[in-house]
Amino acid sequence: MPSRNLGIAAIVIVLALALLPLSGSRYALDLSTQVLIYCLFALSLNVLIGYIGNVSFGHAAYFAIGGYSCVILLTTYQWPLMLALPAAIVVSGLAAAAIGYFCVRLTEIYFAMLTLAFAMLVWGVAFKWKDVTGGDDGFTGVLMPKLLEDHANFFWFTLVSVSVGVALLWMICHSAFGLTLVAIRENAVRAGFVGVDTRKMRWAAFTVAGTFAGLAGALFGMYNRGMYIENAFWTESAQVLIMVLLGGIHSFIGPLIGAAVLYLLQIVTNQYTPYWPTVLGTILLIVVLVLPDGLTGLAKRFRIFSGS
Amino acid sequence: MTGMLTIAGLWKSFDGFVATRDVHLTLNQGETHAVIGPNGAGKTTFFNLITGHIRPDRGSVNFEGTELTGRPPEKIVRMGIARSFQRINIYPRLSVFENVQVALIAHKRQHWNLFTPGRSLHREDTADLLRLVGLSGEAIEVAGELSYGKQKQLELAIALAAQPRLLLLDEPTAGMSPHETADAIALIRDIVKARGLTLLFTEHDMSVVFGIAERISVLHHGEIIASGTPEAVRDDPEVRRVYLGEHAHE
Repeated sequence: MPSRNLGIAAIVIVLALALLPLSGSRYALDLSTQVLIYCLFALSLNVLIGYIGNVSFGHAAYFAIGGYSCVILLTTYQWPLMLALPAAIVVSGLAAAAIGYFCVRLTEIYFAMLTLAFAMLVWGVAFKWKDVTGGDDGFTGVLMPKLLEDHANFFWFTLVSVSVGVALLWMICHSAFGLTLVAIRENAVRAGFVGVDTRKMRWAAFTVAGTFAGLAGALFGMYNRGMYIENAFWTESAQVLIMVLLGGIHSFIGPLIGAAVLYLLQIVTNQYTPYWPTVLGTILLIVVLVLPDGLTGLAKRFRIFSGS
Repeated sequence: MTGMLTIAGLWKSFDGFVATRDVHLTLNQGETHAVIGPNGAGKTTFFNLITGHIRPDRGSVNFEGTELTGRPPEKIVRMGIARSFQRINIYPRLSVFENVQVALIAHKRQHWNLFTPGRSLHREDTADLLRLVGLSGEAIEVAGELSYGKQKQLELAIALAAQPRLLLLDEPTAGMSPHETADAIALIRDIVKARGLTLLFTEHDMSVVFGIAERISVLHHGEIIASGTPEAVRDDPEVRRVYLGEHAHE
């Protein structure tokens, strides 16, 4: 069974990653932690793009809400991590449900624009609500749980959290719910005529996507020891969107690959030139023009050619 | 016999163009009823009004004592009314099997199940429905790549997955060769008989209509100008004038 092979491959990859702290390289650890977080973030966005076919231009909002909630609860309210992290996830899920309630009333470009508008609103709140969020100084001085101050421990914690998140998203995307989402993407009218309330389903998918983005954001806030308004800005939403497109929207693992490749590429590029946005634009051009199914689509095409 | 579907005073206009004009129609349990009329007579609009795809300006559609107007399609299908479409309306990039499987998942209200793998559900029922419409051999093919006639059969399987008591088929043989048409009609007749379905269908092929319909209503400019047995409709002078003229002596 291919899905069993995939499961074994996933376990092997997670176990191999778990050995990374043995390398002793703190740089490798920090980089991997960030990549893992962005993998989950990108994967959560693809529930909307790949599965239900709704492009969100404001997914950073839920990442930021999760991040701010987690660091504020940890620091300002001194909640233990065991409460702060779940609470942050719930807050982002609720925010996604509230915002999604309005967004799913629209489709296509109007949906995308509304997600962007709400994300700018979230950015505005982070910017103006200085007492709570720190405004444009950012929220810094995060009170971390002692155990997670150690880089290896935090890496392991992230690895476990992201793995659980990815496993849950895998289950959801391949469930009866996930299959119905794909049907809605393919033909919402027909889905309605077999008894599916398509708007409610899209709402649920929006909430799921926001919830997992919140988990990614919470991990990011802790890793980063702070949250900044840039994390809620539309460029963040655009970057994660490009990660998803680069990896490929029609494959579950596409966004994981896209996130890893784009993030590492950014790190490498920054060592040689300050013109990362130019490189990013070029990548986007290539994806849109020649790789509509992203890197996973390319791999699939290659396999077809080599097989015949 | 009691009226299963009672339509009264149904009216719909688009920007001043009246597509459905004061339509009254009663459909009895178990009957096979055809709606015929020239292109543009308003047959598809009529179907869209019954199934909740569009809302009427006024009038009522009553199904077994429940008012349907104002209800969305997903509620109406749950009450036991399923339909096919004149223009193919499937999930083109899903497999033939998944097309039917999704319909069964929705019918059993499992589309909110986030835990059970979707592809593991209703495999036998899906296979049964595909066998019924003659698509067993195409189960793993991409639906959009099927021939036109086979996509029509898939439409039928999707509609049947909702286990309807009233089946609405909009031009079930449109675009088919005469051979395919004969097969499709035999299939529909068998299924309707075996399942005791009430069938309301639109059709342009007169041989099909007079072959299986027990009652016929003629729609012209959005209005029903005649309704009755095939013989009565065939002999109706108004019908002969506006519609059957060129076909009557075939």
